[in-house]
Formats: sequence, C-alpha cells, structure tokens
Amino acid sequence: MYPSDLKYTKDHEWVRVEGDKARVGITDYAQKQLGDVVYLELPEVGRTFTAGDVFGTIESVKAVSELYSPVTGEVVEVNSALAQRPESVNADPHDTWMIVIKVTNPADMNDLLDSAAYSDLAK
Amino acid sequence: MIAFGSWDMPVEYSGIVDEHMAVRTRAGLFDVSHMGQIEIAGRDALAAVQHITSNDASRLAINQAHYSALTTPEGTFVDDVLTYRLADAHFMLVVNASNIIKDFTWITEHIVGIGDVVAVNTSSRYALIALQGPVAREILQTLTGVNLTDIKYYWFTSGEVANVRVTISRTGYTGEDGFEVFVPPASAERVWDAILAAGKSAGVVPAGLGARDTLRLEAAMRLYGNDMDETTTVVEADLGWIVGWKKDDFIGSDVLRKQKAEGTARKLVGFEVLDRAIARHGHDVYVDGQKAGVVTSGTQTPFVKKAIGMAYVPADRAAVGTELEIDVRGRRVKAQVVTTPFYKRPK
Repeated sequence: MYPSDLKYTKDHEWVRVEGDKARVGITDYAQKQLGDVVYLELPEVGRTFTAGDVFGTIESVKAVSELYSPVTGEVVEVNSALAQRPESVNADPHDTWMIVIKVTNPADMNDLLDSAAYSDLAK
Repeated sequence: MIAFGSWDMPVEYSGIVDEHMAVRTRAGLFDVSHMGQIEIAGRDALAAVQHITSNDASRLAINQAHYSALTTPEGTFVDDVLTYRLADAHFMLVVNASNIIKDFTWITEHIVGIGDVVAVNTSSRYALIALQGPVAREILQTLTGVNLTDIKYYWFTSGEVANVRVTISRTGYTGEDGFEVFVPPASAERVWDAILAAGKSAGVVPAGLGARDTLRLEAAMRLYGNDMDETTTVVEADLGWIVGWKKDDFIGSDVLRKQKAEGTARKLVGFEVLDRAIARHGHDVYVDGQKAGVVTSGTQTPFVKKAIGMAYVPADRAAVGTELEIDVRGRRVKAQVVTTPFYKRPK
C-alpha cells in the first residue's frame, strides 16, 4: 500500500529522498480523506520553508486542507502541470509529486516515518 | 458516513465527482429519508397552510406540489418546504431534517384558532428515495404500472414501485428530471435495491450528500441553514416567486410586501470566481474595499467545472456582471455576479 522507498509524515505527506533533495506529495490516505481534488495552490520556486510550515493548499469539492513541508529547505521545483489535472492526486497519489525541496537541515529526515510506521498511523 | 442530525449518512459512495456526473448524464439514486413530513388536515386545512406558508396553496390541485416557505412574522424562514396537496383538505409539508421538531412546534402553535385543523408529524412513516437524472424516468418505468410520462413536473400520484405501495413525485433537488418516491420504511431497502438493479446496465449509481450539495448548487437551489435561515427574508433570498402576492395575508406577508415594493438592502446572488480560487460558505464579500456580504454556498462544481457560489450582496451590487471581491483565507479574489441557475438541463 505505502511504498517502502518513500518516507512519510504524520500529516500524511510522502517524501522521496533524492540525494540532498526531497520530492513531496500526499499519501493515498490523505487523498481518500479529501475526496475529489479540484484545486492546488503551490509555492514559487525559491521559497524556503521550515519543517512543519504550510507550503500550499489543496482543495477537494468538499474540503480545504493545508500542505505541510516535511523538511526544511528551499523549493527548487514545482509541479505546475498539476494545476491542469489536480485529479491525478486521487488517481496516483504516490506518483504525483507537488514540490522538490533542497534540504538544508538533513536531520529533519530522521523525523520521517518509514512505510511500516506510516501504515500503522494511517489505519 | 457522517452524522447529519440524528442520521448517519454517506457523504459519498464512489466519489462526489463520479456521482455528480452520473446524475447529469445518466441517473443517481439518493436516500433522502432524513427529510421530514408534516401533514395538515381538517376542514380548514387550506386556511391553515395559507396562513403559515408564503406560496398560494389554493392554486394547488390535488396531487400537485410546490416550493414554499414557512415564514416568521419578520418574513424570514422558519424553513423552506415542499407543499403537497394530498386531498382537498389534506396537505403534506416536506421539511428539512434538522428542522422537523422546530417546524412541527411552530406549525402547531400557529394554527391554533384557525378552526378544524390538525398537524401531525408523520416523518417516521416515510422513507424517501430520489432517482434523478436523464434516464430516471425510463428506469423507474420498468418497476411500476403507473405511466410516469403522465406525471408532470411538480405533480405526484400514488401507485406502486417494485410491488410496494408508494407515492411517486416528479420533484428533486438536482436540476435534473427525476422522481422522489415516498416508501413505507419497512420496504425502503427493497425499493432501493430494485431501482439500483433496474438501473445497473444504464449506469445508475448510489449518490450521497456531497453530490446532492454540488448538484443543487449548480441548479442554484437554496440550502436552508446556508443560503437562508431565520435571519434572511424570502425577498432577500430572491425567492419572490414562492410568495403568493395575490393571496390573503399570511405570517410575515406585511414585511414581504413592503420589501417587494421598496426593495431590500441586500440580495442573494449567484457568482463565479474569476481568479483561480474556490470561495466557500462563510467567506466575506468585499465591495470597494469594504466588507459588504458573505458567501452562503460555494465550491468548485463537477459539471460546470467552475468555482461558483451564492452570496448576500448589497442590492445595488446585485446586477449580473457586477464585480465582487471575496476573501478566500486572507487572499482577495475577483468574482462576478452571474445569472442563475449555473446549470440548466437541456430540454
């Protein structure tokens, strides 16, 4: 269910660690809770966030939810194509990334959950 | 499942968008048994209904229904209702689930002295199943001997569906053609299953509260508690068409007549968000930098595929084309007053 090559947060984001970068999306559990995603507000490249900061907003037909940065660092890539097809968050949550952060505080990585720990949380 | 009043109801089955699109293109089946029924009967039943509701019930033939308001002396909404004329001196009001007790208490208190009339809360006698969408008629027709084509919009008849005695009403809350079927609760599951089975090959799906809300919003149908309540009048809610202006006085009629003649300070309008954002219930509306109103309903809807909604705005800003600003979580976004309904089904 939750790929073992990803790390997770208790706020239901996933992180793919790629060297000193972290690719970020939301989990299958999160998309199920939200329902049909219709709108995403993502940051500009160059913005910096501390782990736990709100980096964007995701809206489904029925609800609004905030997106939390799993790590501290600078946004180096944004999946701007998502604006045109927000429904891919529902269709393919673990392959639909939102931003890539260049990690400035590698210690944040230690706070992330592995797939077994996250599976327990997302029950 | 969510708690809705004392009911556990599904927000969605297969997903709001999927269910919404099914209703617009095929049909969806809704369990709306939470809706309440209050029956008013007795020799003076018509006088009682005329006194407590805004629309002109004398114009209803037997087996005909209309949309109406249960009004306060201030011309505001105790509730919005559908009034069914079951017999010459027997009416049924279909009311919102969360208002059943309030409405029933209100009605019994306000028909005292009218004469030979009694109100009975018959909510527990009916389950209510709604089949809505362009193929609703042909699917329901396979389960009943009643010729459904003969039931005109906002008329009803008694008959049978899947061999259960029911009342079939050509009404709904989606903007589509469709039927609402009043069923004895013990037979509700049987009727539900029969309709789903009959509609399976045509792609009929069960639909929940979420799709019900997005469908009714596209059709600009009001939701009590969001778009109007005891603080907003029938005229402010732009529902003058449910007031029987020519009938005798009723509760709140003096206020409503005055508002019709002189206008109101605010009015409910439909809007479309022009920027990329979704306005939702409770967001503030700004005009010329000043807070001037509030969004009562709003979301991105699946068929129209736009962020739409309804809001109270100053009456001089209610004209179609007027630009508004809406505060979406701290960001001012542009919106524009548009004509309603947002969606109208093809004839």
